[in-house]
Amino acid sequence: MNPVVRTVLQRLGLGLITLFIVTIIIFSAIAMLPGDFAKAMLGQSATPETVAAFQREIGIDRPPVERYFAWVGQIVQGDFGSSFASRTGYRRTVAEIIAPRLYNTMFLAVMTALIAVPLALGLGILAALYRNSWFDRVVNTVTLTTISFPEFFVAYMLAYLIISRDTFIGTEFAQSLPEWLAASINWVLNLVPKFPTLANISDRTPFWEHVWRAALPSITLTLVIVAHMMRMTRVAIINMLASPYIDMARLKGMSPMAIVLRHALPNAWAPIVTVIAFNLAYLIVGVVVVEVVFVYPGIGQLMVDAVKSRDVPVVQACALIFAATYILLNLTADIISIATNPRLLHPR
Amino acid sequence: MKSKNSGQREKGTKLLSVRNLHVEGFSDERWHPIVRGVDLSLNRGEVLGLIGESGAGKSTIGLAAMGYAKPGCRITQGSILFDGVDLLAMTETARRRLRGSRIAYVAQSAAASFNPAHRLLDQTVETVVAHGIASREAANRDAIKLYRRLHLPDPETIGFRYPHQVSGGQLQRAMTAMAMACRPDLIIFDEPTTALDVTTQVEVLASIRQIVEEFNTAAIYVTHDLAVVAQMADRIMVLRHGRTVEEAETRQMLAAPAEDYTRTLWAVRKLAKPEVPAADHLLTIDNITAAYAGKVKVLQDVSIKVPRGRTVAVVGESGSGKSTLARVITGLLPPVSGSISFAGHRLPRTLKERPKDILRRIQMIYQMPDNALNPRQTVEEVISRPLEFYLGLKGGACDRRVGELMHMIEMDESFLDRLPSELSGGQKQRICIARALAANPELIICDEVTSALDQIVQEEILKLLMRLQQEFGVSYIFITHDIATVRAIADEIVVMHQGKVVEQGLKTEILTPPHAPYTELLLSSVPEMDPDWLTKLLETRERKRVGAAN
Repeated sequence: MNPVVRTVLQRLGLGLITLFIVTIIIFSAIAMLPGDFAKAMLGQSATPETVAAFQREIGIDRPPVERYFAWVGQIVQGDFGSSFASRTGYRRTVAEIIAPRLYNTMFLAVMTALIAVPLALGLGILAALYRNSWFDRVVNTVTLTTISFPEFFVAYMLAYLIISRDTFIGTEFAQSLPEWLAASINWVLNLVPKFPTLANISDRTPFWEHVWRAALPSITLTLVIVAHMMRMTRVAIINMLASPYIDMARLKGMSPMAIVLRHALPNAWAPIVTVIAFNLAYLIVGVVVVEVVFVYPGIGQLMVDAVKSRDVPVVQACALIFAATYILLNLTADIISIATNPRLLHPR
Repeated sequence: MKSKNSGQREKGTKLLSVRNLHVEGFSDERWHPIVRGVDLSLNRGEVLGLIGESGAGKSTIGLAAMGYAKPGCRITQGSILFDGVDLLAMTETARRRLRGSRIAYVAQSAAASFNPAHRLLDQTVETVVAHGIASREAANRDAIKLYRRLHLPDPETIGFRYPHQVSGGQLQRAMTAMAMACRPDLIIFDEPTTALDVTTQVEVLASIRQIVEEFNTAAIYVTHDLAVVAQMADRIMVLRHGRTVEEAETRQMLAAPAEDYTRTLWAVRKLAKPEVPAADHLLTIDNITAAYAGKVKVLQDVSIKVPRGRTVAVVGESGSGKSTLARVITGLLPPVSGSISFAGHRLPRTLKERPKDILRRIQMIYQMPDNALNPRQTVEEVISRPLEFYLGLKGGACDRRVGELMHMIEMDESFLDRLPSELSGGQKQRICIARALAANPELIICDEVTSALDQIVQEEILKLLMRLQQEFGVSYIFITHDIATVRAIADEIVVMHQGKVVEQGLKTEILTPPHAPYTELLLSSVPEMDPDWLTKLLETRERKRVGAAN
């Protein structure tokens, strides 16, 4: 069998095993949470009998091992089960609860990735090309600054900036400044598009409207993830520039741009895609803070709410989606690393 | 290049003229001179050999002839006139236009100098296309012609392979094709065959010589090997510490070098020791077969006897299994079958099963002293470690012994608190020898211990090893690919090829004809000082080939 195909199948198998182990961890972790849905739902005044009856109704009175296998059995068949919030005659499946939220999260993640990845690669390549120049220093400093702030801070600062468009001129601070300065700051602020600071999204929001409303969360996330990817691109290329074949390319009279793009970058993909995969996974798994700030209805918020109400099937499904995202993206990164390495792709 | 009628071949007008070249390199926080005022000139179609030890500045001069200084180096003074134009006065863009198209470069390690991500053909034609000389299709067709002229196998398809898919000798020829692609006026060959086995070297040298002659290309041939440069160059320039020692026509230089330094450069080639037959054997290797990862057999039914107090040279090319043999003897790689007996007792197969005393009696010295020494340990720590570990020496007794050992390797005790980074290559190898000696071993395995050293240092190390053998009666297994080293040190010779022993016996038996066919090939491939050696060798081989065909 082609060694590349074999490696990919191996990784895929390992991914499935990892996912299986993750189900055990998720289930045990959630089983260890204090309280349960029945108690949380019925409140402290409920009698033990009512709680027990409710527990029986949603099936959490059965032993954990039995519940675990029932759950895994359902998942294997593609069924995530029903939310505890279902009532007789009003069944709410986990899938239908999660689907729109997952769509929103994916929407935001893809939109951010489309901005952040090319931006990071471009800046990284240019920084490597003009390393130690003022451009390199500015890019490094700015990206390092944005990654140093907590994401909620970046989010609130951006929101504040938008609000300041309309309010700056009336503030005491503005009035304490000379008039021309206040006017020019105001002019600059008004160059900023008036992005919505609250991301009101429903399933009826039209596509471009969705883009417009998701702009601020997307920019926040971009600022948070660009630095990591850009710095890795820069360093991976610079490391390659010390290779003898780069010297050779210089002695062949290649231009610096051709050296970086044609000779260094193709050998630098492996470390770069690993970092990109890591950051894209973060866009799905770690966005909850940004979702809260902009009230963006994504899967992160859904999971937090579900934990609060002890809606175990929803929590489990969310955790599983997160784990699968990580595994899948890392698998993709591995495959790209292999595909860009001719030693593996074209064995002797 | 140099052909039979080299003296009479017509040389063209002046192509390159370097005057008062100074180059500096940056290290340890300051600029050091590398090249100090070198002049050289080259006519069209002429081949100049630059020769010297490491640090002589020969590669730096080669690169400077392209108007190029390595990162961390700078050209501080001088002029480099190429075809009448000063390279140093040009803009970088203008220099870039010359590089690859009119001045090309062939690097020492083709394996490292080809980009692993692209096919050979794409890399070969890259300069032609980038400099706008021809279309990609035309360039591809021409590259295939060049591959054929350089005797690469399957010239039509070899270009579609990636660098890791072809052998070292083929890569070096592909790199020559790459340099030739734009039909440059000048090619810099920077030690193009140093990393190759001798049998491969002959083929590459012949290909390079032929194609350079065919296109009447001028060349600067950088090497540390006088015998090689004698085959390739019309004129030789000897360099030392960034200065010219002397310069002369090849024949004149070989026949009558003017300077003492030049004579020392080939001193090691004249080193020869009379063999002494041994009374008994210290180590007997019996039908050893060994394999890596349980699959590929690297040694097949190898049987070797090592005489007590003598030196056995194990000779072979890369991949012949000679280093694997060392790993089997030391127990690092347990053999699949066969046995080894040492001083009359059977050696346990693996390192783990061997008692400390056996480990003490077999020591090893490696090719790269840099990698074999812990960079954070002082000389004293390096040498006292085996004294403590094997012999339990402590305090004053240990210090005295360290002093004795330093004396044995002819080094001062003032070196004791130095770190490896503060020593020269030869000194580092001496420390490795002292470390091996500290254990009072009966057998020392020397794995290419002089390959990474300059000729003069090689000679010193070989003399030291021979003296130590006379004084302490230690036996050596000397693994090497260099026949000159074998002549210098061996009592017996084992010739290995593809994991098998081809021939073994006393040195004179092996080195005097008739030889086994592989030994013949190996010995005849070792370059000799005679400037006509390569020409004669190729003629002899051609005759034999024709004779065999009839």
